[in-house]
Amino acid sequence: MITQFLAASQPVPAGPVVQWGWLTITVANLVVILLMIVVFMLALVLPFPSSREDEDR
Amino acid sequence: MSRAPASVRPTSAEPAPRRGSDTWTAALTRWVEGLVPKGQWLPDRQPAYVASWIYVFGVACLASLVVIIVSGLVLTLGGVTWWHSNSLGHFVNSVHLWSVELFFATMVIHLWGKFFMASWRGNRGLTWATGALAFFGSLGTAFTGYLIQTNFDSQWISTQAKDGLNAAGIGAYFNVMNLGQMVLWHVSLLPLVVGGIVVVHLVLVRRRGVAPPIGAEDPALSTADEPARPTTPGTPATAPVPAVPVRQGPES
Amino acid sequence: MSARTGGWGITPDSHAFPTRRYDLVKEFVIALAVVTMLSVVAALVFSSPDDPAISLQQWARQAPADVVATAAGELAGTTTSAGYGAPYNTAGTGQTLGPVNLQTLPGVTQPVDSAKDLVLDPVRTLTSDAAAVAAVRVWEAASADRQQAWATAYSDALSKAPDGDPAKVAAGDYGPVPAIAAAELQLAESGSLEGLLTSRTSFFGVDSTKALLLLADGTHLEDLARAQNLGGDQWGIMNETGNYPGQPWLWLYSLWYQVPPFATSDNADIQVWALMILLSIGFICIPWIPGLRTLPRHLGVHRLVWRSWNHRR
Repeated sequence: MITQFLAASQPVPAGPVVQWGWLTITVANLVVILLMIVVFMLALVLPFPSSREDEDR
Repeated sequence: MSRAPASVRPTSAEPAPRRGSDTWTAALTRWVEGLVPKGQWLPDRQPAYVASWIYVFGVACLASLVVIIVSGLVLTLGGVTWWHSNSLGHFVNSVHLWSVELFFATMVIHLWGKFFMASWRGNRGLTWATGALAFFGSLGTAFTGYLIQTNFDSQWISTQAKDGLNAAGIGAYFNVMNLGQMVLWHVSLLPLVVGGIVVVHLVLVRRRGVAPPIGAEDPALSTADEPARPTTPGTPATAPVPAVPVRQGPES
Repeated sequence: MSARTGGWGITPDSHAFPTRRYDLVKEFVIALAVVTMLSVVAALVFSSPDDPAISLQQWARQAPADVVATAAGELAGTTTSAGYGAPYNTAGTGQTLGPVNLQTLPGVTQPVDSAKDLVLDPVRTLTSDAAAVAAVRVWEAASADRQQAWATAYSDALSKAPDGDPAKVAAGDYGPVPAIAAAELQLAESGSLEGLLTSRTSFFGVDSTKALLLLADGTHLEDLARAQNLGGDQWGIMNETGNYPGQPWLWLYSLWYQVPPFATSDNADIQVWALMILLSIGFICIPWIPGLRTLPRHLGVHRLVWRSWNHRR
């Protein structure tokens, strides 16, 4: 039981990290940030759907 | 500032009775009705320039908040440590975590969009400020969530974060190593504060409407030969918008 | 009503513009469906990290020398908590920002006497262990100077022993300190130390302050955290255990700890906090800050957002 508990309590392996000089960032965080930037840019450039009857009134 | 007069309107075909109009109840009703121009609480039309995907992120953020609250409420059913030993609890915790990541991602994209659009123009300064406050409030709320995970992460985060809070004198009252205190802040106090700020933010958004494009001129002035198209009932259809500024500052 | 905004001239009323159909409720319902789906799919695919809390028992088993060294340090007053100052005790002056000391302003609101609360009081409960009881008695009968001399000598000797192993400490005059530290280790190993630290004054152990202070006074917690890239100088504030995103929104707060002068300052915490509060106020006040409030005009991103509208005009 105690061995089981200890085995379960072993720390999980750390995720990969990228490093540029003084900047260190985990790959998981980097993916989230890059995804946000990509989604932001897509939101800017993708045409917003609209039909003619929606238009000005 | 809306074009709709913030005045008493009769709620039925009968004219409003004069007697009773000075009651506190009537005053409150007038105040609530005047918060947002008539027909703008939930309009089914938006200014024609609202045609970009960037506009959906505020709503996406609000939707994420709903998922956060619902998954958080499910977690409260089992208690603080339930999710360590129960697979349903762990799943709900995962939904809670990912909805928080989505909440912040959509909020920050919303914020980027509003910055680049300078959406504080036209007396919308408080709308920006309440949005920024909601962001900081959310940071604090998410942080307390990390503290009450009751796992290694919370042990480390609480013992590290105490130093900054103590240095600022805050730790004396807000003890990140007191699990009981942090649980209550996370599930009750902070969500209510953030919720309140979000409500004010939404009311301001509906009150002022979506900020016009940078450099846009008033259609009523720029297209003199076309009939003006006001959307607010009660405003004369051809009334030119006064070019006189109401206020110099970005917010009333 | 149109309004003039600082630096922007007149901004027309949004309600004066021609409109298009826009179904807010449908937008919200679709957003809710998408966000729910994304959260559920991510939860199913990635789950969420749950690196179990380290128990003091585990600490005793995995790093017994660290427990002994920490107990000796608490008695010597050399641990972080023992010399902390407000809000736990008056042993330290806390961090300052120039002449301002916000840390000591509220006083001691969560009193912690590290030697007594984290070591002596728990060890005192070992009533069946005559050696431990006697050691505490000897300690308490001694003068403060004597206590200090014993504990400091033992702490120093431990740091010089191979692997910090208490069994390999050079002989010396350590008084009752080795026995008290050994008793603390025994309590931790038995699994009863958490309870003694969290539930001593209340049946309901909902305040983990003392247990966490003791754990953080050792090096084991930090060793494990650094292995997970959670150290303050590893941008750890943003990070999560395992391969998961953490709180990337704290990137700016995290950044200051990596760069001078904060990276090497004794008052880094208060300096970073003060800077972040200042920046946050600035962020909230962008609409009123000349230069910043009109910056988006020059960035041009708005032309992309409103390109169809501008095209039609």
